[in-house]
Amino acid sequence: MTELLQLLISGLTIGSVYGLVAVGFCMVYNTTGVINFAQGEFVMLGGMMAATASSGFGWPLPVALVFGVFSVTLIGLIAEKLTFGLSRKPEVLNLIIVTIGLAIVIQGGVMMIWGTFPKELPAFSGEASLKVLGARVTPQAIWVIGVSVLIMAAVGFFMKKSVTGTAMRAASSDRGTASLMGIPVGRLSTLSFAVAAGIGALAGVIITPLTMTSYDHGTLIGLKGFCAAIIGGMGNVYGAFLGGLILGAAEAFAAGSGGSGYEDAVAFLLLIVLLLVRPSGLLGGTGGERVVKV
Amino acid sequence: MSKYRYSQATAPRWFSLSVFLAFVAVFPAVSPNAYFLNILGFAGIYVLLCTGLNILMGYAGQVSLGHAAFWGLGAYISGVLTAKFGWPPVVALAASVVGTCVVALAVGIPTLRLKGHYLAMATLGVGMIFHTFFVQFADLTGGPSGLVDVPSFSVGSIAIGTTLGNYYFIWAWVAIGLMGALNLSQSRMGRALNAIKGSEIAAECMGVDTYRYKVIIFVLSAAYAAIAGSLYVHSINFVAPATFGFMSSVLLLTMVVVGGIGAFWGPVIGACILSLLPEYLRAYEGLEVLLYGLILVGVMMFMPNGLAPLFSNLRLRFRSVNRAEGGG
Amino acid sequence: MRGEAILSIEGVSKSYGGLTAVSNLSFQVAAGAIKAVIGPNGAGKSTLFNLITGIEAPVSGGIVFDGCHMNGLKPNRRAALGLARTFQTPQIFENMTVLDNVLVGRHLHGKAGLFAALFFTGASRREDLAMRSRGFEVLEKVGLADKAHEEAGDLACGQLKLLEMARALALDPKIVLLDEFAAGLTRQETEHMMTIVRGIRDEGVTVLLVEHDMHLVMNLSDEIVVLNFGEKIGEGTPEEIQKDERVIEVYLGTEV
Repeated sequence: MTELLQLLISGLTIGSVYGLVAVGFCMVYNTTGVINFAQGEFVMLGGMMAATASSGFGWPLPVALVFGVFSVTLIGLIAEKLTFGLSRKPEVLNLIIVTIGLAIVIQGGVMMIWGTFPKELPAFSGEASLKVLGARVTPQAIWVIGVSVLIMAAVGFFMKKSVTGTAMRAASSDRGTASLMGIPVGRLSTLSFAVAAGIGALAGVIITPLTMTSYDHGTLIGLKGFCAAIIGGMGNVYGAFLGGLILGAAEAFAAGSGGSGYEDAVAFLLLIVLLLVRPSGLLGGTGGERVVKV
Repeated sequence: MSKYRYSQATAPRWFSLSVFLAFVAVFPAVSPNAYFLNILGFAGIYVLLCTGLNILMGYAGQVSLGHAAFWGLGAYISGVLTAKFGWPPVVALAASVVGTCVVALAVGIPTLRLKGHYLAMATLGVGMIFHTFFVQFADLTGGPSGLVDVPSFSVGSIAIGTTLGNYYFIWAWVAIGLMGALNLSQSRMGRALNAIKGSEIAAECMGVDTYRYKVIIFVLSAAYAAIAGSLYVHSINFVAPATFGFMSSVLLLTMVVVGGIGAFWGPVIGACILSLLPEYLRAYEGLEVLLYGLILVGVMMFMPNGLAPLFSNLRLRFRSVNRAEGGG
Repeated sequence: MRGEAILSIEGVSKSYGGLTAVSNLSFQVAAGAIKAVIGPNGAGKSTLFNLITGIEAPVSGGIVFDGCHMNGLKPNRRAALGLARTFQTPQIFENMTVLDNVLVGRHLHGKAGLFAALFFTGASRREDLAMRSRGFEVLEKVGLADKAHEEAGDLACGQLKLLEMARALALDPKIVLLDEFAAGLTRQETEHMMTIVRGIRDEGVTVLLVEHDMHLVMNLSDEIVVLNFGEKIGEGTPEEIQKDERVIEVYLGTEV
């Protein structure tokens, strides 16, 4: 029983990170219709920047963390303006490929600047693990889950209730009409990208003390976060986060039941199953077939 | 009867293709060394892969983010059947095509029913799953360190294992693949595919069974990849999972995009340029990756139709200059 | 046979969430006639076309074409039965030539499959030539034959409409659904289209059209059905409709 709980906790910990990544995907998708394949790289970059600030520059941890998040948010903003903003043919498919290229650029850049050795961050409030219902929980895990849930709630609230959030949802639903209604589609696109980068960086910053970070950590986290978003439902921030938790738990149980090495496939198996059974995701709307307007 | 002639691109394309293939056939005589020939052999494998992917993306407007998986599947099926079960390589090639096509059918049939980018997502998932299987089914596949002792191709008792033999064998298949693609683009089916890409709703209303065609073309692109996989494994006599990950699928995508999605010469241009590029970038680890990324972003942003249109514009200009000087 | 109903809309309803687009609609189209569907914007005309062609499915009711119950049939199967359409916003294949666009309309008259496509067999060659010559005939009928090898994306608006017409005709259909074909056309272009439509009807093809141009509707159609808020509020010959009080009140105004 404690073993199960242990697995669940470790699953929920990594699942929260997947959830945050999924929320990032959701944001950009809901505003621009684009699947941002650079999302995972923002996670990695956040950890990298914070780790450099902390051990490289010697800054105090809280400052380094904030630096990590803000620097990557800025990078995301600039990246969007330089790519989406300047594209000659900003169709969704092209932009998706642009984000794939962006991801590779970030990876390559990190390889050149930092090399291939992993970097680490100290845990936020020490290493001493607590006992919860018989299972050991590190304080960092609590940080991860706590911060993630908070961010998810904040983003969800923002998207649903605020004017900007509603505008974002309108922009993704019909860009042309939204633009005609006076909605600054271009600026919303930049905003969503920057916020997604920030959320990703935050995810990176809170998980790095547990997993370390290196140039290629972003890819798999990004892909799995994407699966989580599909599993939970791309149109829905809460669904995306839930998808992340479910994925994390499923992975933990898969690894725990002996199939180590296979847990990486869990995310993609779930993705395929969801696509076949309920493409709009667990919390998404009805059915997969969208009516094409003529 | 001249009114009924095919679209203006056809005859010139056959001509260019013949010239190109003649050049390929003659090249070994002028090649500086065997190493270069080896690289060009590999370029051929990438051309084949990209031609298949281009048919899917360019002619039918679908995206595959896991195409390397079909390449890997073809390679592993062919490799395992020959190395572990002693099958003749040519039979193994056929088996790898059949096996890969079956998998493609299983993936395509449910996902292509849905509108939107669901095929992209499904192929992403399939790609990652297969990569995991290549690593995990170690008894069969040799695990992360790969499968060794894969025999070379042989027709009857004549082995084709030399650099030159591999070169010609690979490019022979590339020639078949390119000719098939050219025929396809001029055919009734090719028109239907183009129509699906232009306006799926109109194509459907004109009687095109869009779903069926998308599935067919997805399976065809997988077949191209499977052949490329078999050629690959039998020419280097080895195969490892690392070759077929997400980054590989992205590489193939990049080649198609850079060459020009949907353009006939796109895959050739993109594959040749991007498979020869690493040879000049060996020294810098991160730089190679960075450069790939920049190329992908840059082309998609500023030349979304790829490099092929530039070439065809040049050719048109050349021809009109010729006509002006030579007179009618 | 002329006079009998070739298309029968039977109690068809369609709603999106809370919005009712079409409500218990029933009418028939006689074979060989030109029938117009008119009504204010939002009356359900485009939805009706989408329902007939199979792009959308009705919530209740059925559509019978040439004796065949079409519920559940995908659009491409309905095209195989002889049902062609044009679109309000031209859905041209801009990446193809004009002739190739028309040849897509001819798609169902060929059989060449994947094998023939890849290896270009003799049979598919012959089939292709036959399709091309018929494609040219159709282009000549609408007056676009001289543009056959141009990129469809380069055509002007009026020519796009002609191309859509040609593509639909290439099907050799039994009925053509024209969705606001006169929208955006000059007076001259409209007259040209009307001549083509009459020509189609004279060859025995039925025409069902949606239009706002009253001059066109009254001069071209044999019969008119009037919709408002998804319901039928009038049906009859142009003379009858012009005198129908309810129609006048809702849509026509006093002078036509």
